[in-house]
This record gives sequence, structure tokens and C-alpha cells, in this order.
Amino acid sequence: MADISSNFLGIKSPNPFWLASAPPTDKKINVLRAFEAGWGGVVWKTLGSQVKNVSSRYSAVNYGGHKVMGFNNIELISDRPLDINLLEIEECIKLFPDRAMIVSLMADNDKSSWHDLIKKVEDTGAHGLELNFGCPHGMTERGMGAAVGQDPEIAKMVVEWVMEKATIPVITKLTPNVHSVVPTGKAVVEAGTHALSLINTIQSITGVDLDTLVPNPYVAGKSVFGGYCGPAVKPIALKFLTTIAQNEITKRVPVSGIGGVSTWKDAVEFLLLGASNVQVCTAVMTHGFRIIEDMCDGLNNWMDEKGFNTLEDFIGKSVDTITHWEDLDINYHHIAKINQDKCIHCGLCYIACEDTSHQSINMEYGNPYNKYTIKEEECVGCNLCQLICPVNDCITMEEQRVAPEYLNWVEFQKRGLPLNDH
Amino acid sequence: MSIAPNRLTTEEYQINFSDIHPPFETADAALVEANRCLFCYDAPCIKACPTSINVPKFIKQITTDNIKGSAHTIFLSNIMGAGCSKVCPVEKLCEGSCVFNLMDEAPIAIAKLQRYSTGIAMENSWQFFKRKSSSGKKVAIVGAGPAGLSCAHMLSREGIDVTIFEKESKGGGLMTYGIAAYKVTPQFCEEELNYILAIGGIQVNYNQELGKDFSLTDLQQNFDAVYLAIGVGLARKLDIPGEELLGVEDAISFIYNLRNNDYATIPVGDKVAVIGMGMTAIDAATQAKRLGAKEVTMLYRRTKEEMPCTQHELDIAMLDGCEIKWLVAPKELIGIDGKVNQVICSKMHLGEPDASGRRSPVETGETFLLEVDMVIKAAGQMPFEKLVTDYQLQNKNGKIMLDNEAANLRGVFAGGDAVNGGKEVVDAVQAGKDGAARILQHLGITQ
Repeated sequence: MADISSNFLGIKSPNPFWLASAPPTDKKINVLRAFEAGWGGVVWKTLGSQVKNVSSRYSAVNYGGHKVMGFNNIELISDRPLDINLLEIEECIKLFPDRAMIVSLMADNDKSSWHDLIKKVEDTGAHGLELNFGCPHGMTERGMGAAVGQDPEIAKMVVEWVMEKATIPVITKLTPNVHSVVPTGKAVVEAGTHALSLINTIQSITGVDLDTLVPNPYVAGKSVFGGYCGPAVKPIALKFLTTIAQNEITKRVPVSGIGGVSTWKDAVEFLLLGASNVQVCTAVMTHGFRIIEDMCDGLNNWMDEKGFNTLEDFIGKSVDTITHWEDLDINYHHIAKINQDKCIHCGLCYIACEDTSHQSINMEYGNPYNKYTIKEEECVGCNLCQLICPVNDCITMEEQRVAPEYLNWVEFQKRGLPLNDH
Repeated sequence: MSIAPNRLTTEEYQINFSDIHPPFETADAALVEANRCLFCYDAPCIKACPTSINVPKFIKQITTDNIKGSAHTIFLSNIMGAGCSKVCPVEKLCEGSCVFNLMDEAPIAIAKLQRYSTGIAMENSWQFFKRKSSSGKKVAIVGAGPAGLSCAHMLSREGIDVTIFEKESKGGGLMTYGIAAYKVTPQFCEEELNYILAIGGIQVNYNQELGKDFSLTDLQQNFDAVYLAIGVGLARKLDIPGEELLGVEDAISFIYNLRNNDYATIPVGDKVAVIGMGMTAIDAATQAKRLGAKEVTMLYRRTKEEMPCTQHELDIAMLDGCEIKWLVAPKELIGIDGKVNQVICSKMHLGEPDASGRRSPVETGETFLLEVDMVIKAAGQMPFEKLVTDYQLQNKNGKIMLDNEAANLRGVFAGGDAVNGGKEVVDAVQAGKDGAARILQHLGITQ
């Protein structure tokens, strides 16, 4: 059995799965249920400025009959009294001393507010702090949350205040509502943050109610941009994560990966692209804490199959495979192949290729089943047919190199090789 | 042993004749199924449907909450799409060709989804077709069955004034009079008829029989074109001794009575033999059982390989407890006091292929006796050979012969069972569409 225990800045947890700062971590009863279910740690829902929430708060994007492909919320930071939160944090730490307890913070925009808050939280025995520079709704109008994370100078200043006071590890959570997370990431690393976490939610409108004509979520005839998360945002999170893992300055600190992690597979992908652990929210909000069982089990089995003993054996292993486009090997070529024994003649590959790609699939009329074959000389190897084929391994991409040697775009141009020839 | 009505309680009749393919109870259930559909391109299910309903499209429209569009898609190809969703042998048509079969997955419940959309459309009286202003052309249609109604609807859309002559007192043809009650109720058939006629421009004259109440010549004289959709009707005789005994009935009249009377009033035997293995034989056997017959035995002179009914239909009969005897043909019916009480059965084996391409049954010489008190003959229906021959319509064994939908008499067209000898409702609907298209050309309405 592989060892899936995690050590993040000296904060230990039995597995790399933490619950992100969000509704599931806003009070003792939830957190205890999460720990009982097996979660490795929690980031307690953001404490700080006093707020009042509205009703309703959430909305979702459904797709193809599946609920909650994407999720958004307009809930603010914790609306419970600070002293009750602090008391409950302390109780949870005592009841589950082997789990990680991080507390998310968002103080008013002055040094003393931050210092007071840090002192109170550290007194609970919490293992780390996460600075919420990412919340994209409500708090931003008061100059907090994403308003901080979107401006590297302000973010740097706040981290400097925090580092003056904090005696436990500090994680700075970044907002994706920027063209790049790197400038703020660099600024806060230079200001001394011990780690980064990303991504926070993405500003969004999940949809408009076609009867009321008001976007979701509905609050008395109005709505606001909400923070988008869930499975739909994973690809965006992975991209931002990789830019952090590749930058010379930001890569110096560990990263807690967040954004649409729903299964052990998602978690492994985050770790491969440089996260040291992951944080989960939407997946538990849609299925409950019990999903931790398969997350641990699946991770363990995968590590055993791959021969990885510890998480460190594969953290960041895929980071270097993301390169610049001009470094890609132009001589690599693969083409689609349809396994006729597996083909169910749905024609989806054909119509996609014919209408929207390279007309590389031949249709031979049959009643009722047409036969589909690849026109090898036309296929550019785009993957579209394979992606939409409903049968596993029916369409495979077979390597057919143009030439054996590696050739990139720069060299290609230098040699004056012909264009428009796939 | 005797033939008697009133064998069951009201509740038992209700249960036995309730809908065998119940609809989706909720929109959510329909959505789950609709979302399974892969939305195939040039889909096999479309090709397998005689009316070429764009199945993937109407299912996709369910998933986008466009039920109006979904029903429109169906009715555009098949104005009896609601009825067909209940009576089509989908296991050999659309659902039988669903690509999921090739993945060993259950096919999409196409019929059930079709019923869902069309049902909502009918409940809400959504009319998708507007009749063009009258062209002044008049067409007579003989028979208000699926072929006649489909043809009438198509013609009326183009502004033709249609008069249908129907020999029964209700429309719908075999949908109304010849199908098992647990598939479709006469009440539904009436609703569907009204839904179709709601387009306007179609007058139905009931209790008007060709050859009795009016002649083909009358129609030729008074209308610009005539469409014959007279179906088939005569039950094929067994031509064996004892066929005239009391207790021997043909399946057509047995089912006809079931469609027109309370179940409790329909007499049925204790021990019933059904001759044949077509869809009508199944409908007769299962309904005899459901009326309270103690034993129902189905006799078929060939093997399961050659049976005309689908496996799905056979399963219904077997689940109802009907006994199936393969390679058995009735040789003679024996009676006491004029009432049938025994069938002398010949054991058969298969010889050379006959005209139908199926191996023909040959007597082995071995016989056995089957105790019965009722025999239902379902050996097929025959076209109205004398009628069409009398009108000098070119025909083959009574089946009207066509050249591009037109009969040999000027202005006379035909379609449906009267031409094909007896196929599915959905085939008749397509025939009606084809006939209408040809008539519109003939009248110079379309090119």
C-alpha cells in the first residue's frame, strides 16, 4: 500500500484532501462530520469582516442531463460571530488532532485588523492561515477579496502585514479573475507568503431564468455575478496552477490546488501539475463527505499500480511536459483508426469531421447501418472523432510520424519547409 | 366445459386490459431516457421507421424542453405518431435498430418517448398544421383507417376538400377494431381521429360501404380523385372439416367484439385453441387468456424461426400463460351436438421453401387430439378480391396493383393493407402520405 499522507509546510494530514474554505467548513458540526468521514484537513470558512448574507445564494449549470456541471455562489464570508467560530475551531482541533486545520482570513483593509484577527486565530491552535484574496463577489465592493488579489501591490502590502504577525504557516489564495495569476503570485511570494493556493471562484452568470428573465441565483428580482466553480472550472484551474509551477519565483513555494476537484483522478492531475495537495468543495456540496472514501482508495490503487510510494514521488511530474507551442514536434503525426468490430455506426465521428473538421471520414451507405472508415491521407490527427465516439477504444489514434527526427517550428521556418501541408 | 362471459371481476378485467406499455409518469423520467440518446447521424432508427420519423431530433427536442418542437417533428412524418407509439412493433423497427443494441445496452425507449411528446401535444390540442385555403379540388377516400386518414390529412393541408367514406360507425380502421385493448383503447383511437380531423376540410361519412351504399363509379364521377384505403378484412378459412361448428370463431370478429363491448360480455371458452402465430393470433390468444380462459394453446404449423409475430409479442403470450405448440396444424375439428370439443392436430415437419421463401410445413402423418371448447382462427386476412375484381381494378389475389401509387383506373389511387396485403399501421400511414403526394401531382397542385 502506498503512503498517501501529506505534509504541507509541516502541516500533516493523513491524506492530501482538504476541504476548501466554503459552506462545508463554516461550523463545527460540518467539520466534525467531514473528519469522521475521513477528510485530511479543512480550511475553515473565511473569518473577518462582519457580513450579512442574502437568500438565495447558489445556482448551477446542468449539462446533458447531469446536474451541477458548474456551480456558482454569491455567499459572503462567514456570517457567524467570530468568537463562536474560534471556539468551535479549537474544539475540532482537540477532537481530531491528526487533521489539518487551516483558517481562512479576510480582515478589513488595515494592518491592525489583520493583526488582531491573526492573533485570535493562532490562539485556537490552528495549524495554518489562508489569506482570502480571491472572493469575487460582495467583498470586492468593499475593497476586499478579489479586489486585493487582482492588484499585486495591494496583495503584497497585505501579505507583508500578515507576515509581521503570523507565527504559523501562511497560504495566500489567488483569484483567477485576472489575465494571469503570476504577477500577484510573485508579489505575495516576495512578500513572504509560505505557500499559495488556487484558484478561487470565477466571476460568472450561470444562466437566465427564461420565465422571469432574471439571471440566477434570484434575489428579489435581481442577481449579481457569482463565483463559478465545480467540474467545469478544472481545466482553467490546471492552467493557472501550471503557470505558478513553472514560474521561477512562484515555484519556490508549495501550492494547494483548488478548482473542480471531484475525484481522485482530478486530484492526481493537480498533483502532477505541481500542487502538493488539493482542496475540494463543490463535489462534497453535491454528494456529501462520503466521496473521500473513493478519493483515498483510488489514489492509493493508482499509486500502487504506478509504483509511487509517496505523493512526493509524482508531485509536479507533468509540469515540464507543458511547453511552448513552438517547441512542439512538428514531425509527430497521428491519424484516427476506427475499429470496425467495436463501431456502433452512430455516425457522430462522421458528421463532426465532415461538418467541422477535415472531411477525413468516409461514409458507405448501409441500411440501417452505415460503415465509417478513415481517409488516412486527409486525417490531420485532430482527435475530434475520438473525443466524441461513444465507444471506448473504438477510435484510436495511431502514430505515423512524418519523419523520425524532432523538428520544431523555429527549425521548420529556418529550413524553409512548405506550409499548408498537414 | 363451456363458452361463457363474465368470468372475472371488474377489477380483474381492469388489470388484465390495462396499458401494457405504460407512459413515463414524470417529465424527469422522460428526460433521463431522452438524455441517453446519442443523437446519431443518419440514424438507423430513422431508416427503420417506415414513415422516417426524425427520431434523434424529436428526442433531442425533449432534452431541450421543446416538447412542441418534438411533437411537431413526429407529426410532420407521421400524423398517427401517437397511435404508432402504442402499436408499432418497435423491436423490429426503430428500437430494434438502435445502436445501443450493438453495445449490448438497452435500446432507447423510442416509442415511450414518442408517446410522451405526442401525448402532451394531444392533451393540449396543439395543432401544427394549417390547412391552405381551398383549392376547389375534391378527393374521395374510401376507408378511415390509418392509410385513409394519413392521406386525408396530407391532402387537406394542401387545401383539398376531402370526403372519407367509412363502412363502420367509427374511424381508425384496424387501430380501432383490430388491435389488443391492452395496447390501445378505442377511446384513444377516437381522440387520435379527432386530433387528425381538427385540421378541417375532411368530411367523414360513416356507415357507408363501397359496393353497397355507393360504387366506385359514383366516386369517379363526383370527385377529382379517389383513394382506396379499404384494407383487408376477410379472415382466411382453414378449409378443414368442422370449421362450421359452434365455438369456432375467427380472430378478427373475436377482437372486433372486444373493441365494441364491455369485456365482461365477451364469451370465451375454458380451453381455447388459437390457430396461427401472427400479431393477430397473439392478440387473440392473450386476450382470450385475459378474459379468463383457463387454457390457451397456440398452434403453428412451422417453427419459431418462421413465425410472423415478433419475439416481444411471443413473450407477451408466453408470460400470459399461453401454451405454444410448434409444427402443429389443425387437421379436423370434431364436435358434439354441433359444438366443437376436439381438434385433430397433425404433427408437421419442414420441407422445401415455398413462395414466401419460408420452408413449407409438411404432414408427418402423426396426429394427436387436443381437447377444446373454443377455436379461434388467426390464419391471416384476405383482401377484398371480389370487390376489386368487380370494379376491374388490376389486382394480384385481391391486392390492388399500382403504378406509382395509381391504380389502372383513371383518377383512382390506393394504398395500405388493400395493396400490401396487411402490414403495420405505420406502413399504412406512409402509404397514405405517398398516395396523397401522387394525388396532388395528379391534380396539378404540386409538381
